[in-house]
Amino acid sequence: MIHSKKISSKIGIYCLLIAGVVLSIAPFYWMLVGSTLPSGEIFRLPPKLLPGDYLAKNFQSLNESLGFAKIFWNSLFIALVYTLISTLISSMAGYAFAKFKFKGKNLFFFIILCTLMIPSQVTLIPLFEMMVTFNWLNTYQAIILPTLASPFAIYLMRQNMKSVPDSIIEASRVDGAGELKIFFTVILPVSRPAMAAVAIFLFMSQWNSLLWPLITLNSKEMFTLPVALSSLIGMARIDYGQLMLGTTLSTVPIMIFFLLLQKHFISGILGGAVKE
Amino acid sequence: MEQTEKVVNTKKSFRVKERKSLLTPKNVPYVFIAPAVLLILIFTVYPVIFSFILSFQEVRGLEKSFVGFANYSRLFQDPIFYKSLLNTFQILIVQVPIMLFLSLLIAVGLHSSMLKGKAFFRISFFMPAITALVAASIVFMILLDEHFGLVNYLLSFVGVEAIPWLTTPFWAKVSVILVMTWRWTGYNMVIFLAGLQNIPSELYEAASIDGASKVKQFFMITIPQLKPVFIFTVVMSTIGTLQLFDEPFILTQGGPNNATMTITLYLYEAGFKFFDFGYASAIAYVLVIITAIISWVQMKLVGDE
Repeated sequence: MIHSKKISSKIGIYCLLIAGVVLSIAPFYWMLVGSTLPSGEIFRLPPKLLPGDYLAKNFQSLNESLGFAKIFWNSLFIALVYTLISTLISSMAGYAFAKFKFKGKNLFFFIILCTLMIPSQVTLIPLFEMMVTFNWLNTYQAIILPTLASPFAIYLMRQNMKSVPDSIIEASRVDGAGELKIFFTVILPVSRPAMAAVAIFLFMSQWNSLLWPLITLNSKEMFTLPVALSSLIGMARIDYGQLMLGTTLSTVPIMIFFLLLQKHFISGILGGAVKE
Repeated sequence: MEQTEKVVNTKKSFRVKERKSLLTPKNVPYVFIAPAVLLILIFTVYPVIFSFILSFQEVRGLEKSFVGFANYSRLFQDPIFYKSLLNTFQILIVQVPIMLFLSLLIAVGLHSSMLKGKAFFRISFFMPAITALVAASIVFMILLDEHFGLVNYLLSFVGVEAIPWLTTPFWAKVSVILVMTWRWTGYNMVIFLAGLQNIPSELYEAASIDGASKVKQFFMITIPQLKPVFIFTVVMSTIGTLQLFDEPFILTQGGPNNATMTITLYLYEAGFKFFDFGYASAIAYVLVIITAIISWVQMKLVGDE
């Protein structure tokens, strides 16, 4: 009796989870199929569940209306450069906040924590004015610089750097290693998992970001993927086939990237968040 | 030739020495935090202050003039601003509890020890959280089409009449909530899961020896132990919802009849459609104050820790 109850509750849990998985994943599948269909077919009921043969045509029209290669490159370049520099900056700051005592440390860290809590929308208008003054509209640096020092990344790196034992830093100092050398050859290698998590987080947030690029980029060839996609919706006649392909091409690369590194990501970001 | 080499050599050694003296353990922390702190001062702190000043100004082209509280008093007489506040709170109050309940439910289900394929479930649920909100909103915009959308088609099988998802005020809000829930439930689920895994199993063992039922264990051990995780998810979801922009921007452009106008979307329109920078800055500052108050209240409500 008790045994059968256990089994039925187990089946119940599985049903719930599988239903959840289907709801989470189905839109992706439908998006993939949609990107291979002509505009009209996407709205056909009952829906097509197998890929069609319109992928090449959709790509052609997507390329014609957006110049897709350039836009993909913009997104990739911005996200990569941003991630590299931002990870380095937050590692440096995280290390200093975790392992050094210095005057003003609490004040600086307090400022960083405050900016973590302030909604970024507050900075939109002044930042936009700054960009206009610098003549930076439609440039990569306009997208990259304002969020380059991510308070969240600094916070996470600090939490992680705290667990690096002081003894290895002391030992390297005794061996006569310079501070830069210690940072690059001792600290960074042992912090690789944390850096990976932070890097994935930064890459994704930059790759997916809409509001700030929407404001700063107004020439078509500088668009990033999210901005370009939203511009497709604004068109008088929406070509749904190309729209679906565009969303697929903006989602699939990041999904693969995530799947390759998900172990680091989930344990690093969320573990850090929960431990708090 | 030899001489120049010598000069270069001494220069080199001089440089090395100089570097060493610059990066002593005493000033190295300043060097290490300098890039981050400078960037934050220039691109966050300065704009935050500047936008406060802007909120008391009227901006016409390049002309700026102080107008005192005019922007704020205009804001508090602006029906669309009130509507955007109301919408944001309606969405917040409905969406966050539903989502966190679902997240917790799935996390507890997934945590139960005899389950197979945990990693698969975890990754699958997390997938929506990595897509661009723009992409998710576009896909749902098509799925939720009143006449040709897949969602209404599937609902027709259970006898539900076509729902005007994106074209009526009530359902437009529901649509935004649906997309947000789709995107963030798995994310919060994984946070809860991490929290559940941090609860020491001895607590449960002791409770079962004392004869506490599973349900009682859930309310006496799981919920209290998850408290810090709850605080984290509630605060983060609240802050996220207060800044809601991408979904209504793509799905409904704030319509129909401003039913999905949010604070951030209204700020965007005031600032970048009408270039009313002073007014937009006032909206931004109201958002800051609301965020601060709500975060503070939530921290207090769930207890100081």
